[in-house]
Amino acid sequence: MTNNDWSQDEILDLKKKCLEVRRNILDLTFYGSSSHLGGSLSSVEILTCLLFRIMSINPDLPQWGKRDRLVISKGHAAPGMYAVMAARGFFPAEELKTFGKSGTRLQKHLDMHKLPGIDASSGSLGQGLSIAAGMALADRMDGKERFTYVLMGDGEMQEGQIWEAALTAAQHKLDKIIAFVDDNQMQVDGFTKDILNVEPLVQKWESFGWHVQRIDGSDVEQILKAAALAKSVQGKPHVIIADTIKGKGFDFMELQVEWHSRGLTEDEYRSAVNQLAAAEAVLTAQTGKGA
Amino acid sequence: MYPKIDKPYGAGLLKLAETHPELVVIDADLSRACDTGDFAQKYPERYFNLGVTEANMIGVSAGLALSGKLVFSATFACFITQRVYDQVAISVAYMQNNVKLCGIEAALTSGSNGATHQSMMDLALMRALPNMRVYDPVDAVSLNAVMHYEADHPGPAYLRGIRKSGPAILDPAAAADPRKALILREGRDATVIASGIMLERALAAVDELAKTGIEVRVVALSCLKPIDEETILRCAAETGCIVSAENHTVIGGLGSAVSEVVGEACPVPVVKVGIHDAFGEVGSAEYLAEKFRIGVPDILAAVNKAVELKKK
Repeated sequence: MTNNDWSQDEILDLKKKCLEVRRNILDLTFYGSSSHLGGSLSSVEILTCLLFRIMSINPDLPQWGKRDRLVISKGHAAPGMYAVMAARGFFPAEELKTFGKSGTRLQKHLDMHKLPGIDASSGSLGQGLSIAAGMALADRMDGKERFTYVLMGDGEMQEGQIWEAALTAAQHKLDKIIAFVDDNQMQVDGFTKDILNVEPLVQKWESFGWHVQRIDGSDVEQILKAAALAKSVQGKPHVIIADTIKGKGFDFMELQVEWHSRGLTEDEYRSAVNQLAAAEAVLTAQTGKGA
Repeated sequence: MYPKIDKPYGAGLLKLAETHPELVVIDADLSRACDTGDFAQKYPERYFNLGVTEANMIGVSAGLALSGKLVFSATFACFITQRVYDQVAISVAYMQNNVKLCGIEAALTSGSNGATHQSMMDLALMRALPNMRVYDPVDAVSLNAVMHYEADHPGPAYLRGIRKSGPAILDPAAAADPRKALILREGRDATVIASGIMLERALAAVDELAKTGIEVRVVALSCLKPIDEETILRCAAETGCIVSAENHTVIGGLGSAVSEVVGEACPVPVVKVGIHDAFGEVGSAEYLAEKFRIGVPDILAAVNKAVELKKK
């Protein structure tokens, strides 16, 4: 499932998967524990495309030695990662309800030693790109052709270590790194541009020697295209600035600062489930009508 | 006094490279200070100088380790501990990565650079991290033993390195297991437990004390964590008081570690020789030893104090 051609039906399937993942996120936070909803929902399309289509992985063999690897540098997107992993078959969806509860494998931030399939623990921002650079250096030494994917946030661009790692990856021409910036324009305390502006990101990454693309990060087809293009360009590490929407998928959450980390009331949960059902009906009506 | 061994860290890496093809060596623009040049020249494909990016250096080391590499990363002790503490905590200790952090010119051995470069609290910081083994090797022989032990035992470790050359005090066969504290001199009146550069000073101090009829046991202790509790408790029981000697703040280092052990199982006086809650300054080794009270006279005074306390 790593070829670069896809039909409209496959795109439709991915969109449906994204709805399933959003449902998983709702359940995880409603039945489990309050979570970082906003930044998880904005990364749904990226993570779904990665785990279902772009990456070469095997849920039955999470430690498979030739797998592509994924570093979730914005570790607070753990709910999004768990939701996709459950949909992909790494563990039963029922376990999502243990999220954030005592004794769970599903920690608020990712713990590689608790949950197989996590390639690096995270939660303290800014460290993932360096780890990915080390992984890519090792793969080159070992003659492994696999890719290392990274998910970062736009708020995370404020961490200095990201730019140290950006220099390193460019210096060593680590073209097996494909990094996504889930650019949902918001951080804990408000809009990124108001707190500490990180733009212009395209020019910044280009000037650091990276191959840069900017896409609509809520559009699965654009995500697939960008990843395919990144794989074809050699000699530079790749970053895909994905414009996303914090809280994507639910009208009362989108672009609302409070949804960085608050939980759902029962009414909000029911409303969100209904919005997913409506979106599902729209997709179902499109099935079979694709090109 | 003792024969010197040149570039013990660099020489250790060259030896390990022959038996450990997975070894990767990392620098952050201090390759000359870390004596890694020979390794870089002989194994360029297994060597990366990451420039002045210490936080990034920890993460890259972690990523290499996550891919099966045995990683030795070195820079000044202050930069590889206090500067990047969260990176070490999360990317190395929490993830249990096979990364060996080597701190060069620890504490007052960085006399020429002064306070900003003197890691007075590196051992305390590293000792507080779960999963982290911590070493302050007493000589070049011990440093070599630490490097070989760590190469064969996956997991995070912090070791203080020795720049340019270091004394050979220990018998290599006896020192092969760096976790074991070694009794170098017998005595019944007190025990001096010394780590790092303080071993030479401790031996000089007990020679002086012997002239006054005080028989002092000397223990060389390179591994602060996990610490050799058995030897410490035996010394506490048999000599009734302990002096710790460390090139480090007395808050959280060797003296604290020894106190923690005896306090729970065999309470005896523990008098700490070390740096007393201070930042450093430039100066010769002699000047700094006197100013920060980690010289031979300070060990002498501490032993006398400990012996007096024992009588109470």
